[in-house]
Amino acid sequence: MKATFSIRRGGSEGGELVDYRTEVTEGMVVLDAVHQIQAESAPDLACRWNCKAGKCGSCSAEINGKPKLMCMTRLDTIDITQPVTIEPMRAFPPIKDLATDVSWNFEVKKRIKKFKPRKPDAEDGTWRMQQSDVDRVQEFRKCIECFLCQDVCHVLRDHNKHAEFAGPRHYVYTAALEMHPLDTENRIDELKNDFGIGYCNITKCCTKVCPEHITITDNAIIPLKERVVDEHFDPLAKLVKLFRKK
Amino acid sequence: MTDYTTFEHDVLVIGAGGAGLRAAIEASAAGVSVGLICKSLLGKAHTVMAEGGMAAAMGNVDDRDNWRVHFSDTMRGGQYVNNWRMAELHAKEAPERVRELEAWGAVFDRTKDGKILQRNFGGHRYPRLAHVGDRTGLELIRTLQDHGIHQGIDVHMEVTVISLLKDGDRVVGVLAYEREHGRFRIFKAKAVVLATGGVGRAFKITSNSWEGTGDGHALAYHAGAELIDMEFIQFHPTGMVWPPSVRGILVTEGVRGEGGILKNSEGKRFMFDDIPPLYKDQTASDPEEGWRYTQGDKTANRPPELLTRDHVARCINREVKAGRGSPHGGVYLDIAWIKEKLPNAAEHIKKKLPSMYHQFMQLANLDITTTPMEVGPTTHYIMGGIRVDADTQASTLPGLFACGECASGINGANRLGGNSLSDLIVFGKRAGEYAAQFAQQNGHGTMDNAQIERETKRALEPFDREGGDNPFVVQHDLQDMMQAKVGIVRVEEEMQEALAGLRGLKDRAEKCSVTGNIDYNPGWHTALDLRNLLTVSEAITRSAIERKESRGGQFREDYPNKEPEFAKFNISVKEVNGEMQISHVPLPEMPAELKAVIEEMG
Ligand SMILES: Cc1cc2nc3c(=O)[nH]c(=O)nc-3n(C[C@H](O)[C@H](O)[C@H](O)COP(=O)(O)OP(=O)(O)OC[C@H]3O[C@@H](n4cnc5c(N)ncnc54)[C@H](O)[C@@H]3O)c2cc1C
Ligand code: SF4
Ligand code: SF4
Ligand code: FES
Repeated sequence: MKATFSIRRGGSEGGELVDYRTEVTEGMVVLDAVHQIQAESAPDLACRWNCKAGKCGSCSAEINGKPKLMCMTRLDTIDITQPVTIEPMRAFPPIKDLATDVSWNFEVKKRIKKFKPRKPDAEDGTWRMQQSDVDRVQEFRKCIECFLCQDVCHVLRDHNKHAEFAGPRHYVYTAALEMHPLDTENRIDELKNDFGIGYCNITKCCTKVCPEHITITDNAIIPLKERVVDEHFDPLAKLVKLFRKK
Repeated sequence: MTDYTTFEHDVLVIGAGGAGLRAAIEASAAGVSVGLICKSLLGKAHTVMAEGGMAAAMGNVDDRDNWRVHFSDTMRGGQYVNNWRMAELHAKEAPERVRELEAWGAVFDRTKDGKILQRNFGGHRYPRLAHVGDRTGLELIRTLQDHGIHQGIDVHMEVTVISLLKDGDRVVGVLAYEREHGRFRIFKAKAVVLATGGVGRAFKITSNSWEGTGDGHALAYHAGAELIDMEFIQFHPTGMVWPPSVRGILVTEGVRGEGGILKNSEGKRFMFDDIPPLYKDQTASDPEEGWRYTQGDKTANRPPELLTRDHVARCINREVKAGRGSPHGGVYLDIAWIKEKLPNAAEHIKKKLPSMYHQFMQLANLDITTTPMEVGPTTHYIMGGIRVDADTQASTLPGLFACGECASGINGANRLGGNSLSDLIVFGKRAGEYAAQFAQQNGHGTMDNAQIERETKRALEPFDREGGDNPFVVQHDLQDMMQAKVGIVRVEEEMQEALAGLRGLKDRAEKCSVTGNIDYNPGWHTALDLRNLLTVSEAITRSAIERKESRGGQFREDYPNKEPEFAKFNISVKEVNGEMQISHVPLPEMPAELKAVIEEMG
């Protein structure tokens, strides 16, 4: 059976949807269709991918308007009797076709203070941590940096606050550091001042699109917001926290 | 003259997988300026896909483990054609390298007493793989990436190197293009480290990404460096086989480590039928003992599903050929059965193998907690690569170093699972250290402008041609041919046909044409990758013909046995006057104390 794919073609200046028809077979995902189209009729069609198994976060796109990984979206889960639109992420400047310029994300991350462990617990320079103490951090560390959460967040997508707002991906990253049992750094001031966590109004759209099922809002953003409130408005809480040393 | 932007670094690392990142971090820590180039975005390299874990004899789970056991396991797994010194350094240094990751923020799964947890894997005598569920590669690459970005390393993302530039014999820089606009860049460097990963894309069924086109192997070869062991390809026994679009995607060995068993269409657990003599003493005598082993019983031996990969892959191949395969040409891998043994089996499986659960649910509509998976061999890893000095990772050319999958020596004829991630950090560190030292002792060389002009012109040729093949089509044809003729079971006649086929494909590759403009053009990128794929395919085929025996990753139907005289050397290929020349490099003599270790371990 053949299906039609309307794919955004064009460079950084602008583009248009171009229709391609290709054969659909059992088990195919959207990325397979794109590859097939490259091999059949459009070898210069630009798209990113690496693992084809939802592990690298390269193939993010908007499929029928929804932010998704192309390699994990099976064609039998969408209506292929209608043309399937495939467009690049909208929150980032387009480079060509489906590839966007996501370099901003890498710049933001660099500005977040790095991991700073406490002194080792044992003579041999190692630490002791219980599994239950690292479960939460491991959830955050599942992030594959697909930036779909960034793409869907209205603060970036509609309001273009890239200069003041770090976005859900970087709150997850900061939360992983802040809740790391060994970490001794403090990143709360800049969360508020430089990384604009206050702009987030907890719509939970980011959590809904995360292919790794990280509960971004409830587990990362809300606890971070609480810490910001503690540090800035509650000197007592701050003092207690100092003693607890995280 | 074409326009170039020129960059200058003391040390230039090509590749941002585990090996390249670790090398860059080390070089930068030594105080030299470091550039890091990768074809994809940072954090997307192949390493991110690694699942099961990294092998290091820390003895956290079983205190009988130590470097000597790891060393002898690695040598046995490699069928004794490994570089003994690399195997020794690897076994000794891996624990320190893993602990260092923890100091940089990695969060491994924990033992009850709060240490790094270790799991069983094929060919490792004790539970040895530090891991994070089944996403260990992600943890490794992210830890190195997040540490590395604060080290002052200049990262050049989506830049592809197309040749090494030389001053006489010495490598003094590289020529590359950037993906976005196809512009050429020149990188001057006092020392260059190749960390470009594997060659899986030479085969049709593979667990590798588009990046695995053997670039580093081919770049080094064309610059005049030696490659060794190219005949040894690892076919991982368990890749997905259905649906067709996911064929080849890896199913981690961790499934078998957690108790998964292999069965044929008759429901028979066939792995008990064929246990190689080298492993007889270490293998469970019945299913019950095998199960106890996977659950941490120290008195039990491992189940035969956890024999080395080359062996398990061949057993699966045999079952399928004998007509006892699953409907789509694989066999069954069953983890659901453990519900007979564990009360909360479904939850346990999801916790231990989350991404496998996810992968099958989403891509194959199959619940691994209730239903067996269909699996079959997939091209996974190349043991062969750039010949390096064990201690310094220096190649046979001055100024050129190599580490990770594109280097060779540690694995011999077959790599043990988990030994790659640890290889990356052990030898990545060493490559970075010695490349920095070389850069401190030598100035910049001189670039050859004629070479640069020649190479850029050649790179642009596909745009000037019309009516040639689509590069994707040539790539598919190459993959089909290598799969059919130089795959898991090899014979001389078919490999000779492959050599002839390669000549034809080379011709087509040289005439293929690309459409569209030069901006982010995958057709053009594929056309350039093709040259590398053809070079490594030829090296694999010629080396495989030369090795007239079966050992590890190489199985010859016409020479099914292991031959003692082939245990004395590695096969090497080198470019001489534009031709591929084959020679034998004698294996260095192993010192008496290491021989004693091997004997002691039995
Ligand atoms: C699915 C899967 C699971 C695995 N699981 C395990 C496991 O559990 N344990 C284990 O030990 N091993 C495992 N392996 C093997 C292991 O992951 C790889 O061998 C290892 O990651 C290779 O790392 P590397 O640093 O050498 O190269 P890679 O991670 O492959 O990185 C190569 C880098 O080189 C760059 N590059 C390549 N060519 C060029 C060029 N021409 N110009 C510029 N840059 C270039 C690429 O962009 C990339 O950044 C697994 C492999 C796969 C595929
Ligand atoms: S919850 Fe906050 S971060 Fe997430 S999408 Fe909504 S506004 Fe953005
Ligand atoms: S948090 Fe989820 S959606 Fe956001 S980048 Fe990470 S994996 Fe993607
Ligand atoms: S290709 Fe890696 S997530 Fe889709």
